[in-house]
Amino acid sequence: MTDSYYTNYVFLALFLAVAIIFPLLPICVAKIVAPKKPSPQKQDIYECGLESKGDAWVQFKVQYYIYALVFVIFDVETIFLYPWAVSFNKLGLFAFVEMIIFLAILAGGLAYAWKKGVLDWK
Amino acid sequence: MAVDEGLKSELAKEGIIVTTVTDLYNWGRKNSVWPLQFGLACCAIEMIATAASRFDLARFGAEVFRPSPRQADLMIVAGTVTKKMAPQVVRLYNQMPEPKYVIAMGACAISGGPFKLGYNVLKGIDRYIPVDVHIPGCPPRPEALLHAIMTLQRRIEEQTLGEGPKPRWYDKDAPAEFPVPQFGEHDLVPSFNKQVWDAKPIVRPVKA
Repeated sequence: MTDSYYTNYVFLALFLAVAIIFPLLPICVAKIVAPKKPSPQKQDIYECGLESKGDAWVQFKVQYYIYALVFVIFDVETIFLYPWAVSFNKLGLFAFVEMIIFLAILAGGLAYAWKKGVLDWK
Repeated sequence: MAVDEGLKSELAKEGIIVTTVTDLYNWGRKNSVWPLQFGLACCAIEMIATAASRFDLARFGAEVFRPSPRQADLMIVAGTVTKKMAPQVVRLYNQMPEPKYVIAMGACAISGGPFKLGYNVLKGIDRYIPVDVHIPGCPPRPEALLHAIMTLQRRIEEQTLGEGPKPRWYDKDAPAEFPVPQFGEHDLVPSFNKQVWDAKPIVRPVKA
């Protein structure tokens, strides 16, 4: 029985049972023994101690995602630019041309995004 | 029902540990006091130093500074409470789940400190919320905060679950929240909470 193929599944079932009971037990115990004193302010939305205005489910425009993506690309570009600028004298003409091409590609991307109307905040 | 101390130690010698639910509760509570992560003024720097490696608040199980009042047990009022900030502090206290404790850290939090005469400074946070431990000092050293945590732990040890004097959170009649002060014309309204703070009338000597 011990070297049966299905023995492996016994361990799996054991792990599954432990994985379910282990988090459930403290939650249930806390539900039973925790002192409860609900109040309107306690149930209120947490806004750093200020009185909450409106709902917590604030929606963002989906266009913001592309806007943020464009920002991140140029953010990463800066990270590339710094080490290049530090060792600019050692790297020579080849690295300079490489960097110009890299910048041109990103600038082209920005121009494309601009033309597509990503930067217009509607 | 408390276990006789002599019997307890006799049994402990034989390798049997006897305890009560209350002791177990308090043992768990006092060793996992999670503070709310917020600082109001310079005392907060000492609070940060207490939590960092040199003073190591983790030895007392209180190193987990929670960014939300929902998960916090302890409010360390570290610094000057301005009248602008007082409503937020009281609201944060109201939003913490029971059981909850308050440490007023530093001269400002306990009385207004050097800024007591300022028009904009609250003269002690204990005017609005019940404070368990006061720490004097300007600012108190991290050792003083550690001492306050230990004092609080000793206070938690003495608490009961139902028998004897009940803590506030087991008392059905005790209020669930404390009134948040509003901005009045000249001062916060109300200027103190009658439930927690007893204003002694000022008796001035009569001039002859």
